[in-house]
Amino acid sequence: MPDSFVQRPPVAHIAGVTLHYGKTLAIDDLSLDIPSDCMVGFIGPDGVGKSSLLSLISGAHAIQEGTVEVLGGDMREKRHRDNVCPLIAYMPQGLGKNLYPTLSVEENLQFFARLFGHGAAERRRRIDDLTRSTGLYPFLGRPAGKLSGGMKQKLGLCCSLIHDPKLLILDEPTTGVDPLARAQFWNLINRIRGQQPGMSVVVATAYMDEAQKFDWLVVMDAGKILATGTPKEILARTNTDSLEAAFIALLPEEKRQGHKEIVIPPLDSNGEEDVAIEAKGLTMRFGDFTAVDHVNFTIRRGEIFGFLGSNGCGKSTTMKMLTGLLEPSEGEAWMFGKKIEPSNIDTRKRIGYMSQAFSLYSELTVLQNLVLHARLFHVPPEQVDERVNEMLERFGLTKVQNILPDNLPLGVRQRLSLAVAMVHHPDILILDEPTSGVDPVARDGFWEYLIALSRNDKVTIFITTHFMNEAERCDRISLMHSGKVLASEAPATLVEERNAPSLEDAFIQYLIDAGADAEDGGEGLAPAAAVSQEEHAERAKASRFFSMQRLISYMWREALELKRDPIRGTLVLFGSLILLIIMGYGISLDVENLRYAILDRDQTMLSNNYALNIKGSRYFIEHPPVENYQELDKRMKSGELSVVLEIPPGFARDVERGDPAQVGAWIDGAMPQRAETIKGYLQMLHTGWLQDRLTEAGIEAPSMANIEVRYRYNPDVLSLPAMVPAVIPILLLMIPAMLTALSVVREKEMGSIINLYVTSVTRTEFLLGKQVPYVLMAMVNFFLMTAMAVFLFDVHVKGSFLALTLAAFIYCIFTTGFGLLASTFTKSQIAAIFCTMVATMIPAVQFSGLINPTSSLTGGGRFIGEIYPATYMLTISRGIFSKALGFTDLYSSYIPMMIAVPVIMCTAIALLKKQEV
Amino acid sequence: MKRHLVNIYRLGIKELWGLVRDPMLLFLIAFTFTVSTYTSGTAVPDTITHAPLGIIDEDNSQLSQRVISALYPPMFDTFEIGLDDADKGMDNGIYTFVLDIPPSFQADILAGREPSIQLNVDATRMSQAFTGAGYIQEIAMGEISSFMQRYRSNTQLPVDLEMRMRFNPNLTQAWFGSLMDIINNITMMAIILTGTALIREREHGTIEHLLAMPVTPGEIMIAKVWSMGLVVLVTSGASLVFVVQGLLNVHIEGSIPLFLVGVALHLFATTAMGIFMATVARNMPQFAMLLILILLPLQMLSGASTPRESMPKLVQDVMQFAPTTHFVELGQGVLYRGAGIDVAWKQFLALAAIGAVFFIVSMVRFRKTISQMA
Repeated sequence: MPDSFVQRPPVAHIAGVTLHYGKTLAIDDLSLDIPSDCMVGFIGPDGVGKSSLLSLISGAHAIQEGTVEVLGGDMREKRHRDNVCPLIAYMPQGLGKNLYPTLSVEENLQFFARLFGHGAAERRRRIDDLTRSTGLYPFLGRPAGKLSGGMKQKLGLCCSLIHDPKLLILDEPTTGVDPLARAQFWNLINRIRGQQPGMSVVVATAYMDEAQKFDWLVVMDAGKILATGTPKEILARTNTDSLEAAFIALLPEEKRQGHKEIVIPPLDSNGEEDVAIEAKGLTMRFGDFTAVDHVNFTIRRGEIFGFLGSNGCGKSTTMKMLTGLLEPSEGEAWMFGKKIEPSNIDTRKRIGYMSQAFSLYSELTVLQNLVLHARLFHVPPEQVDERVNEMLERFGLTKVQNILPDNLPLGVRQRLSLAVAMVHHPDILILDEPTSGVDPVARDGFWEYLIALSRNDKVTIFITTHFMNEAERCDRISLMHSGKVLASEAPATLVEERNAPSLEDAFIQYLIDAGADAEDGGEGLAPAAAVSQEEHAERAKASRFFSMQRLISYMWREALELKRDPIRGTLVLFGSLILLIIMGYGISLDVENLRYAILDRDQTMLSNNYALNIKGSRYFIEHPPVENYQELDKRMKSGELSVVLEIPPGFARDVERGDPAQVGAWIDGAMPQRAETIKGYLQMLHTGWLQDRLTEAGIEAPSMANIEVRYRYNPDVLSLPAMVPAVIPILLLMIPAMLTALSVVREKEMGSIINLYVTSVTRTEFLLGKQVPYVLMAMVNFFLMTAMAVFLFDVHVKGSFLALTLAAFIYCIFTTGFGLLASTFTKSQIAAIFCTMVATMIPAVQFSGLINPTSSLTGGGRFIGEIYPATYMLTISRGIFSKALGFTDLYSSYIPMMIAVPVIMCTAIALLKKQEV
Repeated sequence: MKRHLVNIYRLGIKELWGLVRDPMLLFLIAFTFTVSTYTSGTAVPDTITHAPLGIIDEDNSQLSQRVISALYPPMFDTFEIGLDDADKGMDNGIYTFVLDIPPSFQADILAGREPSIQLNVDATRMSQAFTGAGYIQEIAMGEISSFMQRYRSNTQLPVDLEMRMRFNPNLTQAWFGSLMDIINNITMMAIILTGTALIREREHGTIEHLLAMPVTPGEIMIAKVWSMGLVVLVTSGASLVFVVQGLLNVHIEGSIPLFLVGVALHLFATTAMGIFMATVARNMPQFAMLLILILLPLQMLSGASTPRESMPKLVQDVMQFAPTTHFVELGQGVLYRGAGIDVAWKQFLALAAIGAVFFIVSMVRFRKTISQMA
């Protein structure tokens, strides 16, 4: 049969591509030509390499082996990637993965539009068009994180379409999206394709009914291609009448896992109504918003009870109330006749709960996760192995048991979540969209297991799903919409009541009756002035190396995120002021109030006189005298006494006779610097006493020389004027560095880093854009702290304020850059925080001259101190604050800081990866 | 009861796996307790070393040369400079001290006119300023008096002040620096590890999962406290034995096991603090800011960097409620001064009390907020 699609020039040419994740083989020597100008679907079981292939095509992942040519060029070449990036749109797997949850719909769209270089008017037009046609227009002001799953996906699509891509890559875009929103989503895509016929769309999906409507399909398994062709061709080849059946037929024998049609034996209600779960008037309010509104239901033991409804209608909230995670605002629920209370541990043991978001430990392997849960649910120790093995086999996880969940495809992770929920053989299973993203074969296998549990073991199952064929398998289903239950019946009854051809239609009708917007207000896109190929190329070329607009769009986004988290901003500004007060007042280098005691073993006038001499000093505070050595030992060990003066027996007599006499001083050497100072004080006091004795005895003291000591810059030798100018640079280091330290790694952890991988933004633009808001914030911080020093502490800027500001500015660029550097090479936020803390606090406090001048340090500490810009900022700050200096006096301290800035920024840029590897 | 213990044990093991899977974090922990401790131990020299001293010799006499030659490295790095260089040198922080010997100094002294030498001290460098000025005076006066003794008879009283340093006879700075670094690191790691572990669970939604299981918030918290506490306890103990004792040759007077008991008590308080901070912060960036706000004063004012008794009374009083204050005292007492439980019991008691209060407060707060974290 001639394949008309193959004759078209391919939008992507893939030859001999192989991809490994560690030891796992994801794609195995795969070659494929993807035809252009049409809708191509990738179908296949979970973890066969669909997502990996899509991320290779999009340029998000680096190519390991083989050739990937997209839009006529090699994706290995950076130059080509830079050229085609603006022509490709990639929507990764997972709801709203590449969106910024704290930013509103409008702001997300603005961000992407700016990133692709549209002007303000053009942005407005495009955003209005796209949101009107997707029904998102009324929600422009809502934060993306608060949208329902379906709306998130629509927004993701809008963000992808904002730059008129030639190639649109969608990785399971409708997984976890309700049927209504799903229908709207595909309508939208079709409309857009109608207007832009030159656009190629590549989609991976788990829904066979979706795949049915695509132009051309690729069936994959185990990193290889099983079949390609139009849906009709594939049906014809396998002699099947549905794609679902064709898919199963195409799989190799062992993959089918003895797949057979699901048969559901009826639920035998042997007269007695054994109630498992009962809810009456269950209501949940979050502030003004009523998420669940007086919901009632009764579920019999062993029943499979389905919950259907659009995204955000209150299904998950209801489930959380049943598990005891949330306490209902109103109403009650019972489980086997016992009231559900959050504090009741025993009811929890009877429940297996699987939440919508993947919530297992990504630091534990598959096996470890299962074992941990088995143990926490107190499966008898001798049964743990058996149970875990049973689960591994049942859910096809045996092969991946030693892999970390993060390295597994979505579908496999879903299965693990399920396995974990069942490992303790609960009486009730509460499953929130358990099969989202799971392939059809695995889904059927899973249902077989559920049915067996329900019918044989009388396990009650409470499940939500977006798959209609799954809903049909439930004994009863409840339709929910905006917090209310619309209907609660057996699926067949619902279809009958509505006279609908299928459950899906019945469902949609119910929703429309309840006021849901069926046609999504689709006004159609205003015919956009389609951007021609040349224009695209032009745009790409003009801004390949550096684009101010892209930088600004990242800067703007970062600033918005800061604005959305006012607590953080407050902590930064007020925190630094509080710290300045505490440290300015608190750290004192004057050694005063030293605790001492006398061990007077002479007990004469003279010994008393000596003791009085010490007592008169402002540096020492007398404690009760020491009686003996044992006491001396004990009191010094406890740290009570820093000095003990011992006057030996016969002291007065010896002095009288002119015999050599000796006063002993025991000094606590635990703090060497303090001990040094004590030594100095004592020597001084001792000499003073001797002079007095001589004068008293009428002996003229020998005339000698004086040494006049002038303490400069800080004549009273107060700690405050010395400390405040020193603390400011320390705080300007630690706080801005910590602010930026999370900015990149957080995107890595949350997934939005993908926008760096697949858009044309360069690493420099990305980092600098992120840095700017923080530098500004740090400068505000600097001005506040300086104002505080001047007005509150009365520590005046004696030198050039302009020179100080300039130094602070250079320094802040360095400190924020330092945080960015820590953020680029760490993988987790924890490591980034830790790293920043270690790399700022210790050098700043110990090596930069805060307490000991760098010039008198030794070894590694000195080296660090000498290359660390904080040292120079400290010199400048002290020089300008206390010594009335200006730029010309201090320029030699500016130079090292100015060298440090490009060094740190270039390192950060070099360490940041533009592609996933 | 047994069930609680089993849960706490299992959850704690899980926390440890979380650490193992983050090699960067492991590296940082190791780095902190080895390289960082070593550098801190060796950075600050014993007493004054290489203090930059500018000397203006306007006299150029036998006596002035004698004074100058007595000020020598490694204690002082001396530079003979002109009168004009003095101000500029001090302004730029090149010299901490400038000693000015006036013209006809020797002649004046011999004539009994009591001339003055001027010593300029950069008082913004406070730690060097005091001790250094003291040394310079002592040395200069010593030289002058021995010079004079050739001309006059000794009329001084024969009373000597003999000073004996206890616990650290040579005032070796490494003893102080390395041990204080360990003490600071213990606090820092305890707070970071527990706090971030909790925030991470919250951000990744795993807290919700835990709460749906038959485990209590108390178990979750204790598991984090024991596992992270254990990591810090073991690494700090190892650092003490291998880096401080082994590599830096610091003589530890007291009992290490007793100190580790103190560490355990301290960890009790600081890990609870980490948990508390994580319940206050809503996300990791907020936690990071809170961390600096709390950790910096906790360390700077605990007495580990500057002597506590010299701080303002208010600061001293407030810091009585901070575990670090007592921990630093305990550390100094046990490790340097060889104090036993009979001497240091007050600190142990204070730490235990603060630890208990912090722990209970955190626990109450944790229970109250954990359902909002899900």
